Amino acid sequence: MMALFVRDVRLGLRAGGGALVAVLFFLAVIAIVPFAVGPDLKLLARIGGAMLWIGALLASLLGLDRLFQADRDDGSLDLLIMADRHLLPVTVLVKCLAHWFVSVLPLVLAAPLLGLFMNMEPKAIGATTLTLLVGTPAITFIGAVGAAVAVALPRGGLLVSIIILPLTIPVLIFGVSAAYGAMDASAAFLPPFLILAAITLFFAVLGPIASAAALRGSAD
Amino acid sequence: MNSAASRSGRWVDIANPTRFLDLAGRLLPWLAGLSTLALVAGLWMSFQAPDDYQQGSTVKIMFIHVPFAWLSMMCYTIMTLAALGTLVWRHPLADVSAKAAAPIGAVFTALALITGSLWGKPMWGTWWVWDARLTSVFVLFLMYLGIIALNRAMDDAAKAARATAIITLVGFINIPIIKFSVDWWNTLHQPASVLRAGGSTIDGSMLRPLLVMALGFTLLFFTLHVMAMRNEIWRRRITAMRRIAARGAERGRAE
Repeated sequence: MMALFVRDVRLGLRAGGGALVAVLFFLAVIAIVPFAVGPDLKLLARIGGAMLWIGALLASLLGLDRLFQADRDDGSLDLLIMADRHLLPVTVLVKCLAHWFVSVLPLVLAAPLLGLFMNMEPKAIGATTLTLLVGTPAITFIGAVGAAVAVALPRGGLLVSIIILPLTIPVLIFGVSAAYGAMDASAAFLPPFLILAAITLFFAVLGPIASAAALRGSAD
Repeated sequence: MNSAASRSGRWVDIANPTRFLDLAGRLLPWLAGLSTLALVAGLWMSFQAPDDYQQGSTVKIMFIHVPFAWLSMMCYTIMTLAALGTLVWRHPLADVSAKAAAPIGAVFTALALITGSLWGKPMWGTWWVWDARLTSVFVLFLMYLGIIALNRAMDDAAKAARATAIITLVGFINIPIIKFSVDWWNTLHQPASVLRAGGSTIDGSMLRPLLVMALGFTLLFFTLHVMAMRNEIWRRRITAMRRIAARGAERGRAE
């Protein structure tokens, strides 16, 4: 399993800088926000946490269709499915973690810098980054289901996004409300944050199991 | 034979598409007639029902809005059961049922959203609010559309069925969220008032037409569902026949 993790991380880092593109996309989305809502610093500070979340969500959807597709193209996906039939969910979990480590963690690391662009306070930046760190794995796990279902499709990328965006709404809701909880004295930080952590753990179980079932169905 | 065995025997019987078509042909006139009867009676009863002392005659929107909303959830539940049927028992009709139910469910969800919006404008003063119930039903609508899109995107019916079944099962998380959203969060939408512990809070003069309308729309749903399943089976037969014909033509040319 560790070998698989290292292999996936290496492939992800080598294969044409997909992570860098995601970070650039994140940067572009955040840079567009002030053009759309106007350069009012107070307003930007207020909506900053939500904008960071939306940007990170969209950017993390970008590379999802490659999660299984690259392995399917070179045939190693069939080997993985055949190798350990009973542990396939664990294999998927490891692949998800590797994908998160390579493509999504850079987004989380870039979030504080983009938070400065949005004129957010240090405390709010810290809270938003923390919620992103805890919440984005859930997006990857949900996305794995969509990626596994659409793995046989030639242009599945857009379809994956359409299918999984409705399912990521709870993550977005609790992530943003925890980020606001840290900014605003009247709102609480801990309850939404704990629910966010629970959602991540829940999808860490459900996502790999469902995508393993889908992968088995798509193998031919 | 005990009852459980005979029941499972019946399910296996229906698995034969010809028997199902037979049964559907016999059932459909009854279903259609009963649903027409119930809908006409329900409509007449809802126009007889008294106006609300606060809402006036707009309360009549309830008689269609509430059945649409119930059916949007029931349809997804049926699709989930069908998805289980596809994945666990490999029932050949389960996937036909799920595929046929999705567009009907999407339409009922859209109607629930539209009628709710029309009701919300005079009552709440706005077409739309982002409260928990409305948002979760909207998410349900998006999921219906996603499932339909996914199913249409794959050529191979068996593979499309498995993929759709998995997405349907994962999406079922949303149904309890819709049902209990009005209890868990403080929403503008009113809490459950018909199916609740301690009896209904709606007066009998309004509850009776509502239940008749709900029955009528449920029957209508099953009529449409059986018709759509029959269409789907016919469509697949035609595809299979075309393939056989094409193969025969090719063989004829080769000889």
